[in-house]
Amino acid sequence: MSQFRQCPDTGLFFHKPAESLMKANAVAGAVCLLIGGILGLLVILTRWPAVHLLPADAFYMVLTAHGITCLIFWIIFFEMAILYFAGSTLLRSRLATPRWAWAGFVLMIVGVISTLTAIFQGGSSVMMTSYVPMPAAPHFYLGLILFAVGALIGCFVFLGTLVVAKNEKTYEGSIPLVTFGALTACIIAIFTIASGAEILIPTFLWSVGYISHIDAAMYRVIWWALGHSSQQINVSAHVAVWYLIAGVLFGARPMSEKVSRAAYLLYILFLQLASAHHLLTDPGISSDWKIFNTSYAMYLAVLASMIHGLTVPGAIEVAQRNKGLTNGMFEWLRKAPWGNPVFSGMFISLIGFGFLGGISGVVMGTEQISIIIHNTIYVPGHFHATVVVGTTLAWMALTYLLIPVLFRRKMILPGLAKWQPYLFGGGMSIVAIFHMAAGTLGVARRHWDMGFAGNPLGFEYPGTAYLLMGIAGVGGVIAVIGGAAYLLITVGSLLFGEKLDASAGILQSFGVPLADSVYSTEKPERLPMAPAEAVEGHGDSGFEAPGTFVLAMVLLVSFVVYYFINWKYLSEVWPLS
Amino acid sequence: MTSFMPPAQRIWWKVPVGRQEIVWILIALVWCLIMFFMMPYWHVYGKQNISNEAYQTTPAKYQAKVQAMIDKYKVREETAQKIPVVAPPAGSDVYLLARLWQWYPMLELEKDKSYRLHISSMDWNHGFSLQPVNINMQIVPGYEMVVTVTPDKSGEYTIVCNEYCGIMHHTMLGKIWVK
Ligand code: HEM
Ligand SMILES: [Cu+2]
Ligand SMILES: [Cu+2]
Repeated sequence: MSQFRQCPDTGLFFHKPAESLMKANAVAGAVCLLIGGILGLLVILTRWPAVHLLPADAFYMVLTAHGITCLIFWIIFFEMAILYFAGSTLLRSRLATPRWAWAGFVLMIVGVISTLTAIFQGGSSVMMTSYVPMPAAPHFYLGLILFAVGALIGCFVFLGTLVVAKNEKTYEGSIPLVTFGALTACIIAIFTIASGAEILIPTFLWSVGYISHIDAAMYRVIWWALGHSSQQINVSAHVAVWYLIAGVLFGARPMSEKVSRAAYLLYILFLQLASAHHLLTDPGISSDWKIFNTSYAMYLAVLASMIHGLTVPGAIEVAQRNKGLTNGMFEWLRKAPWGNPVFSGMFISLIGFGFLGGISGVVMGTEQISIIIHNTIYVPGHFHATVVVGTTLAWMALTYLLIPVLFRRKMILPGLAKWQPYLFGGGMSIVAIFHMAAGTLGVARRHWDMGFAGNPLGFEYPGTAYLLMGIAGVGGVIAVIGGAAYLLITVGSLLFGEKLDASAGILQSFGVPLADSVYSTEKPERLPMAPAEAVEGHGDSGFEAPGTFVLAMVLLVSFVVYYFINWKYLSEVWPLS
Repeated sequence: MTSFMPPAQRIWWKVPVGRQEIVWILIALVWCLIMFFMMPYWHVYGKQNISNEAYQTTPAKYQAKVQAMIDKYKVREETAQKIPVVAPPAGSDVYLLARLWQWYPMLELEKDKSYRLHISSMDWNHGFSLQPVNINMQIVPGYEMVVTVTPDKSGEYTIVCNEYCGIMHHTMLGKIWVK
């Protein structure tokens, strides 16, 4: 008999094995973030010209490990926890085949150990992209393959859970929007992992000598089908987390289920595209394909993100206005719970992702504009806005929500937690902005020494570039302090937080179930449909969320201006054809 | 309470969409289309486009072409390593190669003249990053890319490598002088 416990505070149901899996995956993710964050500190302190901490060989090794540990390991472990939450807990369903889910988890752990061992043995400083023919040790690729297979199993467990929930009729009507978002992420993940297998398995065979040659250009094309769409997983998943937090904190309902779901559908339809934006200056790829692909057909996935950018804050605004916060355009936002890290984390994630990461990403993914940006430090600037301010901060906000609910511990250091999203989001935004600025001056990414010591030719970037990299260094240190605060609060709460359930001991924080008496074999009551709206506000002529509309227009204007500024910059470089 | 609950209406896809969302979707769609058409537009009216011309090649074949050009047009040598500097005539094919950890040879070009610049890598990926103009291209081994460049300002330019290519990546520089 499946056993469930109901959270007495939120009413959420946790299936016993699913609960353990969520905890284990979230904790594994946090450990990866700890490792990745320490490595990030070493990297940023090396790229801060006045500090220039590590020697070259260590820098390239640490940078390889930082990219992989943060972007792949931390993000995907946490995504697994989200899938199990969105599938099992939100649908009040038992998790399908928990044993397989554990097998996947173990594979992922083995993968992490294998790849990190390879990197720190020193022979695999190839960066996370591992472009052939630069070789890495076989267990570098093998670890990534095992990790991906583990994640794939997790995806199928999630899909299986949806089937179980449907068959056992655990919910009325259609699956909730948040689960729909998780489903989008899962579908994209399966495509991603298939591309990953297609390129990493041959590369592994090449590294052990079974295959003699892999075409370097083809490698890049297929690798980016993995590398790019994996970022689409993150977007889908963190947008789902935004919707979830808006729902939990404000009781916000999606402005339109149809619009939000259609936007997710656009992600799925155009997910395999856009890998070209990493290849815009590559030889041997035609412009037609580049244009079609980099624009996701015609920017339809960008359209989808712009839609979520309106509907997430719009949903919050409508909910706030219904509570009486109707003064002016922005009372709903001013009086939002800015001291609650769940909200501030989520909102900074939304704004940072849209304004910094989104705009810069579309601009640099324009076929010709890539010429003035490709492989400069602008690129890490951009993706620290998307994947760190956006995804990572969304995961952090979700963690604060889950500590009492999932782990049954009260959060420690609430005063520090209040500031944490601002420290982390603010510091990382500084890194993003100033790296982007330095990139426009031509500073290279993945580069140990912007002074080119040891080269007789000599070249110096303008002094401003050094200043910008120094400011980014300061921002990075602030972000690392914010990241450390997050880990201190979460790990501290798991170990020392006040117990909300008598049986929530230390082991329970790491995956062991609570006392038997907490669970019951009674099937949870079927999840009802959301209550119908009191006032039928949709479809009438008024703008329900005018403040959000103003924000959206500010985003659009910034977008347009910044886009054309970059065309102007481009028009000033040497003619090329 | 509803983003994580099943939609309030069983047939949620028939609920009409609010005016505000429709307006925003239309505005965003128009913007997306403008961005899309900017790219073909620039191919026709803009001056900075990466050509589609590229050939598969091998390091040996490519090196031979580079050497032939050096033999013909070498004007001097630079640095203790005696790296040749070539001054090919305007309009000609210019061959530049990337290898661990050098751009070879150095070039002298004339302002406002066009050159068919060929670039390939002898070993791993490299990044052609011309400073301070900030023109960046990916150089992939096995492929010879050809771009027609027209330097429009005179001066000394440096080619930085901005694709990680191993332990001495950060020392990989080359030179182009525009007279
Ligand atoms: C905690 C604070 C962090 C700091 C200070 C930091 C700093 C940096 C710096 C300076 C670079 C190197 C730029 C270069 O030389 O190319 C870098 C690269 C990178 N970072 Fe971070 N980072 C942090 C967190 C994160 C997180 C949380 C993620 C992912 C979720 C992440 C993902 C990456 C990736 C994917 C790369 C590229 C590696 C490569 O080029 O192969 N970083 N980071
Ligand atoms: Cu991408
Ligand atoms: Cu290099």
